[in-house]
Amino acid sequence: MFSESSSFLKGMMLGSIFCALITMLGHIRIGHGNRMHHHEHHHLQPINKEDILKISKDERMELSKSFRVYCIILVKPKDVSLWAAVKETWTKHCDKAEFFSSENVKVFESINMETDDMWMMMRKAYEYAFDKYKEQYNWFFLARPTTFAIIENLKYFLFKKDQSRPFYLGHTIKSGDLEYVSMEGGIVLSIESMKRLNSLLSVPEKCPEQGGMIWKISEDKQLAVCLKYAGVFAENAEDSEGKYVFNTKSVGLYIKEAMNNQPQQVVEGCCSDMAVTFNGLTPNQMHVMMYGVYRLRAFGHIFNDALVFLPPNGSNND
Amino acid sequence: MASKSWLNFLTFFCGSLFGYFICSQLFSIFLGEQGDTQPSILHNDPHARHSDDSGHGHLEGQMDFNADVSQHTDENTDVSKKLYQKVKILCWVMTGPQNLEKKAKHVKATWAQRCNKVLFMSSEENIDFPAVGLKTKEGRDQLYWKTIKAFQYVHDHYLDDADWFMKADDDTYVVLDNLRWLLSKHDPEKPIYFGRRFKPYVKQGYMSGGAGYVLSKEALKRFVDAFKTDKCTHSSSIEDLALGRCMEILNVEAGDSRDTTGKETFHPFVPEHHLIRGYLPKTFWYWNYNYYPPVEGPGCCSDLAVSFHYVDPTTMYELEYLIYHLRPYGYLYRYQPALPANIGKEISEAYKNEDQKVKLGNP
Repeated sequence: MFSESSSFLKGMMLGSIFCALITMLGHIRIGHGNRMHHHEHHHLQPINKEDILKISKDERMELSKSFRVYCIILVKPKDVSLWAAVKETWTKHCDKAEFFSSENVKVFESINMETDDMWMMMRKAYEYAFDKYKEQYNWFFLARPTTFAIIENLKYFLFKKDQSRPFYLGHTIKSGDLEYVSMEGGIVLSIESMKRLNSLLSVPEKCPEQGGMIWKISEDKQLAVCLKYAGVFAENAEDSEGKYVFNTKSVGLYIKEAMNNQPQQVVEGCCSDMAVTFNGLTPNQMHVMMYGVYRLRAFGHIFNDALVFLPPNGSNND
Repeated sequence: MASKSWLNFLTFFCGSLFGYFICSQLFSIFLGEQGDTQPSILHNDPHARHSDDSGHGHLEGQMDFNADVSQHTDENTDVSKKLYQKVKILCWVMTGPQNLEKKAKHVKATWAQRCNKVLFMSSEENIDFPAVGLKTKEGRDQLYWKTIKAFQYVHDHYLDDADWFMKADDDTYVVLDNLRWLLSKHDPEKPIYFGRRFKPYVKQGYMSGGAGYVLSKEALKRFVDAFKTDKCTHSSSIEDLALGRCMEILNVEAGDSRDTTGKETFHPFVPEHHLIRGYLPKTFWYWNYNYYPPVEGPGCCSDLAVSFHYVDPTTMYELEYLIYHLRPYGYLYRYQPALPANIGKEISEAYKNEDQKVKLGNP
């Protein structure tokens, strides 16, 4: 009896130590540091204000129209209520938005990828999009329906960026040697990156359909591995103050964190004025964001912007 | 012998699984993120007050307005500043000793700073916060008495310092810029008051207490005078209704606070409750109380909303961020409200001499 309880206790201790080790390691690797922590390389920032003033008015209109963003939203049947919310809200501001689903869903139109595997869905979606739309769009934004995106701020961020260069940007995470763009914050690829990606997708050694031997590697990491072979590297998008512009959590969560960590400067410590994405929203919160971003504002605060974006046709919540 | 060591091994294995499980639970509690759900506070009674809060007491915050200057370098606030000078608003916030750190502090850190003058009204004085002591008791039945004393205090000390006098709760968020836009079209010497207009009990309607209401200077004078001359009763347990009745007796007009497209500006709930169809059940009192036809969905709320109610501390900062920070770059808003005529003229005069391109049409 005594030997059993002591072996149980020994087992418990070993289990706890093992668990603690794994948790610590996991945290060190992902790096839950200060949000303002700068990566060693690859920060991208939007264009300088002074440079904006040098551009003529006509050039600005032309430039505003020159960003053609195609949005890919990967959905599964269980996402139906988020799908509905996303459809009714921010995706109306993409130049074109299409939903790619794992299977046919009666309620909504989508492009059926006929696979449940997220990485396969992503690959096929990118192949489809490039095949069909490479002439018409120059930026490709991929997201899950848990994400809310402000496409105007995405275009502002991309302003004056040379899309003949291969851009792969969003909220980056470093996992060992690999720096990848988190799916949760949304993934942005320029047309050049799409081109390189598509030429590699058919090469099994470079872009295997099943990454990882012991456990599955997440699809956003797989994408990064694939793109790396094409010489395309992930870059973290930040504003002029170094705040992340693609966010993996909701506004509320960042506010709560700031209330704990920077109680004297909550709003300042929260998020960028030019944020492009937030994640982890409920369908209701999507509608609230739509109102909060595109409508609710303070009278008497006027902005001299370099770009002009018109509200979409046939919409009443923006 | 063999079965005993096998049993030992089994207990050891079970122990390690158990230990791992317990440890991982502990870690997830320690390091876990809380879900981002907001409590839905639906009071059955429009005059219901806020239940005593359960500890959100660890929250603190002050805001430094100058901290993030670089994000706002292409922002032109001339119109906002002009209105600040032209439409002077004194805000007083109904609070209590228990709520100074829990709620009023976040009001102070966010919108309160935009009032021309702000006072926090409590039953007892607090020199540090600072809060005015009304020398009343606390509690739902004291609200009207506190309101009367608060307006009296404001009248006696600050009558000449403002044109309009706004009452808000410590869980109301007020957008002062939009309130100034609304009031700029009205004369503070007229007896009038604005808020979210309700229709029952009072012929001309009365204003919801929680959504906040604002009295013109003349309305304030008449209100304070009414208690000296016994025109209005002191005792009532329903603050907003009693005030509304008194206003009607005094011939203070219940104004229409809707924007130029007919959308409401003062809101008795948070945006989510108004924007989501079906959020407020059809049996809810609200649908029968609204003076104007109530709307749910995108038509519920003006772009230039003035107030929201039942706003918890996190939402205070969220609203502050959404209204004064996050914006869609270059976006041409659908609703383009006109500048108040006199203000527009003054600003164009000022800019005649300067070589600056100011887009007056896209506020």
